[in-house]
Amino acid sequence: MAKAKVATTSLCGCFGCHMSLLDIDERILELIELVDFDRSPINDFKEIQGPVDIGLIEGGCANEENVKVLQEFRRHCKVLISVGDCAINGGIPAMRNMVPLAECYEEAFLKGPTVVNPSGKVPDDEEIPLLLDKVYPAHEVVKMDYHLPGCPPSADTLWAALTALLTGKPVDLPYELVKYD
Amino acid sequence: MSDRRIAFTIDGRKIEARAGQTVLEAAEEAGVYVPRLCWMKGLTPAGACRVCTVRVNGRPQSACTQPAAPGMIVENDTEELRELRRDVIDMLFVEGNHFCMFCEKSGACELQALAYRFGIAAPKYPFMFPRRELDASHPDIFIDRNRCILCGRCVRASQELDGKHVFDFVGRGRDKRIAVDAEAGLGDTDCAATDRAIDACPTGSLLRKRVGFAVPVGRREFDRQPIGSDIERPAAAE
Repeated sequence: MAKAKVATTSLCGCFGCHMSLLDIDERILELIELVDFDRSPINDFKEIQGPVDIGLIEGGCANEENVKVLQEFRRHCKVLISVGDCAINGGIPAMRNMVPLAECYEEAFLKGPTVVNPSGKVPDDEEIPLLLDKVYPAHEVVKMDYHLPGCPPSADTLWAALTALLTGKPVDLPYELVKYD
Repeated sequence: MSDRRIAFTIDGRKIEARAGQTVLEAAEEAGVYVPRLCWMKGLTPAGACRVCTVRVNGRPQSACTQPAAPGMIVENDTEELRELRRDVIDMLFVEGNHFCMFCEKSGACELQALAYRFGIAAPKYPFMFPRRELDASHPDIFIDRNRCILCGRCVRASQELDGKHVFDFVGRGRDKRIAVDAEAGLGDTDCAATDRAIDACPTGSLLRKRVGFAVPVGRREFDRQPIGSDIERPAAAE
């Protein structure tokens, strides 16, 4: 049987959920028997190579690039999973959602107490993705098939969900494994 | 109060209530958990959150305010009511700013615990991200209105248990919020760190300062057991 393809990405996240995936310890040897990685920070592929069975999305959408990557994942992934609180509800980055975007820019680049910015301008290079008006959870941008909450979801949570999907079993996690913190 | 027992059923299970008991109280005594949020033992029930909604003879009623009556047929744990409760909890999450990952109450929060019990992995409604105020003017207590679900437990506890009137509601609809009995903030009220009103808060909206994260992850109230599992007992053999 061909190995399943897994792709992962961190949008507006901190890579903590990816760290949690690495936290499955020696089970990573079992995982590698079950899957091949497509685009992922683990192999540093920048584009999705082909059809993917399971896509793991860490982080919400804070800028236009996040939206494009998320849409690319949705196009290529049969099953797309929101991993962690940022993908599910915006998480820490969404704390800016209560503040108008102009005020966020001002605080970050002009008036903040630790800002050193002799130009006195907000950076607007075209290489820098434009920020969205607020941070959006992944499921408010594309359809998501599963949600694994947690900050981060524990290695056991990720392992249980992945192995269930890879072996064709229902993703029915026990009480201890579904937590918001 | 008479000793007369009031017999009725919840999901077909026979329950005996004492005169004056509500459906929720009688159910709890009989080992049946009716999910609740704005209800707290020792406080006048408010019927505000609607999480305890049951069907009484087919009509939706809040179990915390509905007096037990002979022969009533109560539905509690049905798919319809579970879905209604899930929706209420969902809405409470999207209406506020509930950042569980750094909240001191996480693991012991009744709102979060209900979401866990109902298996909510993500809310189905869009987030509102409202702008809410924080009041840290008191030396020992703070109010974080981002986490407030307007259950009114602090309002009632302050009056009924502490003999004060520190908290009350102001505003209407989406602008409704908890206000305090002082112009400037909580620091100018007679609220004390020992007030029962602080413990009445089901979420992390009303907390004592400098005691957060005292209980390690894994040993907090709802880390291992769903909320309500201390109440639930199997029906006695008949």
